[in-house]
Amino acid sequence: MTTKATFRIWRGTKEGGEFQDFPTEVTEGMVVLDAVHKVQAEQAGDLACRWNCKAGKCGSCSAEVNGMPKLMCMTRLSDLDLSKPVTIEPVQTFPVIRDLVTDVSWNYEVKKRIKPFKPRKPDFEDGTWRMHQEDVDRVQEYRKCIECYLCQDVCHVLRDHKKHDEFIGPRFFTYVAALEMHPLDTEDRVEELREANGIGYCNITKCCTVVCPEHIKITDNAIIPLKERVVDRFFDPVKILFRKLFGK
Amino acid sequence: MTPAGASAARRGFGQTSRNDAWWLQPLTVFIGLSIFLVYANFRVFQNAYFEFGGYLTPFYSPLLWGDSPHAWFQGVPDWLPRWISPAMVILVFPAGFRFTCYYYRGAYYKAFWGDPPACAVGELRDEFRGENSLPLIVQNVHRYFLYFAIAFLFLLAHDAWKGMWFDDGAGGKEFGIGVGTIVLTLNVVFLSGYTLGCHSLRHLVGGFLDVFSGSKGRKKAWDCVTCLNEHHMKWAWISLIWVMFTDLYVSMLARGEWTDWRIL
Ligand code: SF4
Ligand code: SF4
Ligand code: FES
Ligand code: FES
Repeated sequence: MTTKATFRIWRGTKEGGEFQDFPTEVTEGMVVLDAVHKVQAEQAGDLACRWNCKAGKCGSCSAEVNGMPKLMCMTRLSDLDLSKPVTIEPVQTFPVIRDLVTDVSWNYEVKKRIKPFKPRKPDFEDGTWRMHQEDVDRVQEYRKCIECYLCQDVCHVLRDHKKHDEFIGPRFFTYVAALEMHPLDTEDRVEELREANGIGYCNITKCCTVVCPEHIKITDNAIIPLKERVVDRFFDPVKILFRKLFGK
Repeated sequence: MTPAGASAARRGFGQTSRNDAWWLQPLTVFIGLSIFLVYANFRVFQNAYFEFGGYLTPFYSPLLWGDSPHAWFQGVPDWLPRWISPAMVILVFPAGFRFTCYYYRGAYYKAFWGDPPACAVGELRDEFRGENSLPLIVQNVHRYFLYFAIAFLFLLAHDAWKGMWFDDGAGGKEFGIGVGTIVLTLNVVFLSGYTLGCHSLRHLVGGFLDVFSGSKGRKKAWDCVTCLNEHHMKWAWISLIWVMFTDLYVSMLARGEWTDWRIL
């Protein structure tokens, strides 16, 4: 069964642009990315969009559908109100290259600045380690991240306040959490969390958690536990005194 | 100036392409917390109707001074200005606990401060310090309020216990259960669900570890707190509403407006 729907797609470059309406026939089972491809095939051959897996696993097709950051390939048309035009626009936090494609390379630079994994000496002579499953359970959640940067897009510290120079954003707090809480890791990232990573800017409003397509509880399971580690180090007078006295 | 790697686009206050009722959640929080604040302030200044027989409202517990049998110190100190009620002194702790709670922080930054008004909705102010510097960096004291909040659970549990003893008509006490007993007991249950699911507690009992194996007790404690923590928002609201209702219930009994049914 086909129905009519209108897709209001943002078109332009970093110099500027505007929304353009594309009335399109849609069929059952389609996702937003299918609709964009259909528009590309039938009405706007030069419409730029990025995609790869069509399975919610590569993190390429991030955009804003009706104002909310979404993976286009995982957003079903049946979940949208098609009686009104569906707006599709590029993520707002990073500069547009063209149409729905943005330049997210800032994220790659941020990642390079985070202290890398530094495992303890191997447990065995063959250079391997043994870990208990219960010790890696927590870290596995953070490792589900597909780097779609939807959380970076929605986070108001970046989106509205442009703290790109002082704040690494939710994606990289999950990354730091994955390293910092890893049972084998010996590196210490608490000071850089407070200083260079700007974790204090996060005001735990949880929008990152809401949009994460991997359902990582970014705020509750990564950011708040890291904030608590920062409190241990910098704000808890008893802990600070204890460390001074016993050197731990 | 827009930093390198950022887009220059910035939306104005309330601007968004969202077409759902994004304002509903912050508005609900705003109304809910406002009702509580107005009610709590009224009761704290009222300095009356806070006990009925064995029942003591949580707003005035512990009752530090006064003429009531619940009071820790009998009588009202002369040097104390009349308008100071015993509730003012003690409510600083639960109020501070909720004010610095991670859940409430996120909720009222949105609802009362519009920072952001809702996800992907434009903000009023450019300027933003978050919790990175004064004043909000002070939120990091939360775990100290937690210590007090845990002590309060014991005090309120004791109040629930006292709510199980009624005058037997012969100058003694007899065990019983009234609707008020249940109200006071549920209050402790809900407040425990909230307090023991605290993010700071989750960290302190085990979250600070990177290796759980070898610390069985800590792992178990962390699991328990995590289990409550997953529904921290729900516990926060249930316990808030119930503590308000408990106070209302006891005050209505004290004013003679409602009757306390004895079940046992
Ligand atoms: S919880 Fe923190 S990191 Fe996540 S969107 Fe809100 S401010 Fe950004
Ligand atoms: S944490 Fe979630 S929203 Fe953020 S980049 Fe990873 S998968 Fe995407
Ligand atoms: S195309 Fe890979 S996540 Fe959408
Ligand atoms: S985080 Fe909510 S009570 Fe501690």
